[in-house]
Amino acid sequence: MALRGNLRDFTITQLLNLINLAQKTGTLVVDGPSEQAHISFRDGKLAYAKIGAEDNSLAAVLHKGNKLNANQYRAIAERSGQMTDKELGLLLINAGYVSQEDILLNLQAYFTDVIRRLFTWVEGFFRFENEMLPPDDRINVKLDLENLIIEGSRQLREWEELQDEIPSLDMALKFTDRPMTNLNLSVEEWRVVKYINPKNTMKQIASAAKLGDMEIRRIVYGLIQAGLVEMVRPLSAHAVPQVNPKMFPTQDKEEQKTLINKLIGRIQKL
Amino acid sequence: MQTVKMVVTGPFSAGKTQFIQSVSEIDVVATERKVSSASERSIKDATTVAMDFGRITVDEDLVLYLFGTPGQKRFDFMWEILSEGMLGFIVMVDSTRPETFREARSILETFRAYAPTPFVVAANKQDKKDAWELEDMRHALRLDAKTKLLPCVATNKTQVKQVLLELLYSILAEMESGK
Repeated sequence: MALRGNLRDFTITQLLNLINLAQKTGTLVVDGPSEQAHISFRDGKLAYAKIGAEDNSLAAVLHKGNKLNANQYRAIAERSGQMTDKELGLLLINAGYVSQEDILLNLQAYFTDVIRRLFTWVEGFFRFENEMLPPDDRINVKLDLENLIIEGSRQLREWEELQDEIPSLDMALKFTDRPMTNLNLSVEEWRVVKYINPKNTMKQIASAAKLGDMEIRRIVYGLIQAGLVEMVRPLSAHAVPQVNPKMFPTQDKEEQKTLINKLIGRIQKL
Repeated sequence: MQTVKMVVTGPFSAGKTQFIQSVSEIDVVATERKVSSASERSIKDATTVAMDFGRITVDEDLVLYLFGTPGQKRFDFMWEILSEGMLGFIVMVDSTRPETFREARSILETFRAYAPTPFVVAANKQDKKDAWELEDMRHALRLDAKTKLLPCVATNKTQVKQVLLELLYSILAEMESGK
């Protein structure tokens, strides 16, 4: 039976576990919220990973790992032409810019990071293509999945806990009365703080700050724990709470108040 | 005959059934509701869910129904259905079980997101010696100063009445502010 389904029913961690135990070879294709990921395996070990249209060439990976500076990366990108990653790798090793170990470690770190990003995907179709192998012009690695699976399980628990703490991103945030001075916040936390306003829902803040569901929950949870912000209903154009027409059998406001007073009278008499 | 609804929610075993039983004129009926494919979220086949149901007749024209949500997390898809059209809701929290406070907080935030209706939090089992103090519970539940946190013993009719009354006062206050 084809290995395919939805992340809603089968998490990335569970998929990695299956691939590891079954020692599968092939490529896991996952359709995420806004991009697609390709993760390739050989005999149950991670070989290669790509997410969306991100440049995952050897030059880009080494630049990300600070093994190549921006000028070197640009020069390689302009002049490498049809050179494969393997050829480029040999060139860089022979020229003394990097070692073989550097290349493998950086590729492993990059591919692992792609999988970590997939851990935050909770919805999306996946399929495992037995015949699809990594591109020929890319360098493959051979990375055991056990540690990634453990990390994924831990992230899943964290995700469930964060969802319990902040079940809905349709709520907004406001600052508490606690004074905010001498705060040490990360860049992402400051980015979120910039948008805090009872008019902005957490979903809107996440979109503006380009953060995923898990990231915004993690940041907001930290701010809540520190007593800096609290969750509130978002302010809409109507500042006054709206009575839901379904709450009362009558739409007349005076009759609604009479009804509530009747209820109060009745309960007092119980 | 006009009917209005309040929802009593909270973690499993917080005292929801007992709360409703204390004031309901009928024995609390654990109603079996069939969940249709139109309303279910994650359950593939139609299933039945037990909910508490109590009634207070005001007069020949008006009845208040009290619905107790299923406590188990796997029935949380029913919460949204129950919250539709409610006047307000009560979150019951077992004061002697701090391990349930996080879940109570989560339920509270979920209901707040469903409906902009008034609510109160009832700290149940306040008669027990290992019950948390209300102010400590307020911090643990991260309730702001405006949220009513009320002591409650769900078997005590007077205290249950007071919780319902405080919710009704909040509903009235919100209606007054909407003038």
